[in-house]
Amino acid sequence: MAGGDKTKEPITFDTLKTGVWRENPVFSMLLGLCPALAVSNTALNSLAMGLASTFVLLASSLLVSVLRNLIPKEVRIPSFIVIIATFVTVTDYTIQAISLDLYNELGVFIQLIVVNCMIMGRCEAYASKNRIGKTLVNSLGMGAGFTLALFMIGTIREILGFGTFFGISLFGTGFQPWSVFILPPGAFFVVGLWLAIIGGIEHRKSVRLKAAEAGTSAKERAHAA
Amino acid sequence: MSSEQETANEKGFPPSSRLVLTLALIAMMSGITVVFAYEVTRDPIARNHSERLVERTIFEALPDAETHGLFRLDDDGIEQLSDTEVDDANLYAGYDEDGNLVGVALEGASQGYEDVVRVMYGYSPDDQEIIGLTVMESSETPGLGDEISSDSFQEQFADLDVPLTSDMSELDQEISVVDAGSDTGTAEIEAISGATVSTQAVADGIQESASKYLPLVMQHLDEIKEGAN
Repeated sequence: MAGGDKTKEPITFDTLKTGVWRENPVFSMLLGLCPALAVSNTALNSLAMGLASTFVLLASSLLVSVLRNLIPKEVRIPSFIVIIATFVTVTDYTIQAISLDLYNELGVFIQLIVVNCMIMGRCEAYASKNRIGKTLVNSLGMGAGFTLALFMIGTIREILGFGTFFGISLFGTGFQPWSVFILPPGAFFVVGLWLAIIGGIEHRKSVRLKAAEAGTSAKERAHAA
Repeated sequence: MSSEQETANEKGFPPSSRLVLTLALIAMMSGITVVFAYEVTRDPIARNHSERLVERTIFEALPDAETHGLFRLDDDGIEQLSDTEVDDANLYAGYDEDGNLVGVALEGASQGYEDVVRVMYGYSPDDQEIIGLTVMESSETPGLGDEISSDSFQEQFADLDVPLTSDMSELDQEISVVDAGSDTGTAEIEAISGATVSTQAVADGIQESASKYLPLVMQHLDEIKEGAN
């Protein structure tokens, strides 16, 4: 809601990177968890879901950004929803045309992209306030972050739950699949695992940063003395 | 928030006409985009559906088939169709590696407990028995009626005698459902316990289709056998 001068900030590498790491939709903001939990049972499904969501996100935030000065703020939410729903429908048809097997695997979650809060959130918080180029770069980062997150979840679930990676058997016939990982509860375990790992990395980083700051200030004091 | 409310008050509420116009324009753009996408993807989607029908369903009903032939069969006669005309086909023939007819697959539909149950069954004209069954569409109750899709139910269709009368003009016996657990004889389907209605729907679907088409299949058997190319 801050609006204002944000539009004049230049596009930097950080505009792209922020969605992949610091504000990763799944691992940092915990948005779009519904598809992240439901259709991440194999690497292929999660990749397809991630790419489909990225397309909808890119197309709708582009259009919202183009129309941002024309849409009165009183009707912005219904406008965003109509725009998002349009691209979801296009995606729905496209996936059906590419592969019916994939379409059946992803099922209702393609249509449910329309209520993915990551996309709505980008339109509301970013696309409606920023220039087109910057919006595109930021959305691309967010989409990449979402796809990466789903892929990270899907890979682990497929390897443990089916013993395969992209359908290629990894362990031979002796492997007893850990079926819980392809069921919904398994998704929670894997998401939790990744959250713990990423939280751990971030925590260490901030501790090191603090230590470094303390170190430099101590040095400065010593120098002054 | 307070500063924003002030600016809103200063500017005043935009006229309703502008709000309505904005939404109407966006909805129109949406409509055009969706129609365009629909037009572009219609043919590939239709092709995918027919490929799936042939590849999956027909070969499930005819487990030993290697290749297929499509036919349109009705009272007026029989016509062989190409793969692009799969939507018009109502008789699917399956052949083995040597081009011998394994059987024909036909569709049956009947009202189930929830909605229409559509099945595809394979029939061997030489042995006069059903050799396979697959459920194409069903929204029967999970855990009860949807057991019609289970292997344990479909097993009994691997060789279910459904003979025709000696002049091949009609079914010798109507296809009927017997209670779960009882022995099945000719043209008898064992019900799933707790899902008699769904089982009956499968039986009725097959009965209706078989009584209508099997005599026709027998009439045109030579043409069907020659269909493998």
